[in-house]
Amino acid sequence: MAIVTLPATENRPAGRGRSAVRRPYSVRRRRVRDNMTGYAFLSGAVLCFAVFAWYPMIRGVVMSFQRTRRGETRWVGWDNYERIVNDPGFWTAWKNTLYFSLLALVVGYAVPFVVAIVFNEFRHARGYLRALVYLPVMLPPASALFLFKYYAYDPSDAGLFNAVLKALHLPTSQWMQSTTMTMPAMVIASTWMNMGGAVLIYLAALQSIPGDLYEAAELDGAGILGRVRHVTIPQTRLILSLMAMLQVVATMQLFVEPLILANGAGTQDAALTVAYLIYQHGFFQNDLNGAAALGVIMLLVLGGFSAVYVRLFSTQDGRGR
Amino acid sequence: MMAGDHVETRTLVSRAQLASGRGRVLYWVVLVTVILVFTAVFIGPLYWMVTGALKSGQEIAQAPPTLFPRDPRPRNYSDAWERLNLAKLLFNTFYYAIGAVLFQLVLDTAAAYALSKLRPALGNVILGLMLSTLMIPAMVLIIPQYVTVIDLPIVHVSLLDSPFAIWLPTVANAFNIFLLKRFFDSIPEDLLAAAIVDGASPLRTLWSIILPISRPILGVVSIFAVTAVWKDFLWPKLVMPSPETRTVSVGIYAFSGGTPMNVVVAAAVIAAIPTIVVFLVFQRNIMSGLTTGSLKG
Repeated sequence: MAIVTLPATENRPAGRGRSAVRRPYSVRRRRVRDNMTGYAFLSGAVLCFAVFAWYPMIRGVVMSFQRTRRGETRWVGWDNYERIVNDPGFWTAWKNTLYFSLLALVVGYAVPFVVAIVFNEFRHARGYLRALVYLPVMLPPASALFLFKYYAYDPSDAGLFNAVLKALHLPTSQWMQSTTMTMPAMVIASTWMNMGGAVLIYLAALQSIPGDLYEAAELDGAGILGRVRHVTIPQTRLILSLMAMLQVVATMQLFVEPLILANGAGTQDAALTVAYLIYQHGFFQNDLNGAAALGVIMLLVLGGFSAVYVRLFSTQDGRGR
Repeated sequence: MMAGDHVETRTLVSRAQLASGRGRVLYWVVLVTVILVFTAVFIGPLYWMVTGALKSGQEIAQAPPTLFPRDPRPRNYSDAWERLNLAKLLFNTFYYAIGAVLFQLVLDTAAAYALSKLRPALGNVILGLMLSTLMIPAMVLIIPQYVTVIDLPIVHVSLLDSPFAIWLPTVANAFNIFLLKRFFDSIPEDLLAAAIVDGASPLRTLWSIILPISRPILGVVSIFAVTAVWKDFLWPKLVMPSPETRTVSVGIYAFSGGTPMNVVVAAAVIAAIPTIVVFLVFQRNIMSGLTTGSLKG
């Protein structure tokens, strides 16, 4: 009994020490009562976590090895996994999703960092510029995507993008109706909608770089690009690498963009993503178990990626010091 | 809180360099260009959206497009309002958002207070389990969460079309718990010790000491809760299938098939107004919450 309650004593706030002068049995009783109060305060949130987060985490794995048909559930081993891997869209979906993540990384990752570096140099209009890039983040994605779908990506010359391209004497595009432009078009829409958050986070990171480092680098003869390379990037490396990981995890779950812009899978499945395939299996093909299996596969892929990434990053970091 | 305005610290380019004649010209040229380009890129599409929805179907299909609607038709907006029953959709979304804020404020604040100040045995294990949910991508959980909501374990009740299907899952937000707990951790124990000596109950301490100090962080949590519900799409689409319970985003999507383009976009504009207003009013809180919340952990 004493051993069980010991850790609680260490955790106890300093202000509660006065109970220690009482007789031991009442101390124990008081401790039990304090714990009960604590659990009472925790209970609501813990119940919500249990029902809507922890239980589904386990249920997802369990479901992926079962099959429910006409209200009857039985264990089917790896059947769901086999079915989902043999789905004609499976590899296309993974290929498209990886392609989107890669494109989004090239465009959506570098752009906010450069924007933040430039914004950080300004002594005027800072609030305005910050509000500007964050504005689309506040729009409901459905609203923003209908703007892109109907007005910006209109394949005729009446569309906003084609009109601009035409005015600049550049070739126009079919956008979502062209299999090659589908993904870049989704990357543009997604970057426009989401980059504000990254810009603000980078700005905060840039502001924590000590000014003397730039001073020292300048005295050593480093130009602007040299200072970015030798001061800015090393100093913001932790946040840069963290954001890269978060972005990959976020872009791999691409769903609303294909659903609205491409009506789902798009022209010749050019917009089919893994997240959309989960939705399709679960809600159109009446195959929640197959969808759960694909969810588990996605979890393993993203978890594996994160693990490898963290490992690579931390060893690299260790060598650097 | 401190997300900007450290004008004094030296940045990439030194102040002396900027103050020199050529530096100053270059600075202003770059600044004005950036302001113009960014205004065009970020406000431009919004302008296009608002004015495009005022054009006739004929005018919107015309190449090259017109910069100003030649014959503005506010009718598109009133059509959208009536055809999509936007009043009902907006009310639903607002109702779900307010409920989500209340549930999160009450239950997550209580939990964070327990984890930070009451510290029951195994509190750290519970916190760890909560934070572990941050590692699970949302799309992975969508199917088992849906299956859980249509048939709750033990009680076997379906929450389909019930606002609780939106409210309760939002409470399971580890990021809120983390933000609130960290804020409560920074409140000195001495402040609470005095209340406890006076015989105040934990609830009383939370209500009259902790909560008044925590107003900024509660504001941040509330704003994020509202915008998260307003922006969410897939979850409300799944758990609110009836036309009467839909959120505004889902309602617009559902109607987009058989409705003229301009009317859909007009509805999209109306759906975006509340979040834009929230943003303009609470801009400072949102930006500071975003940067303090995500960085100095």
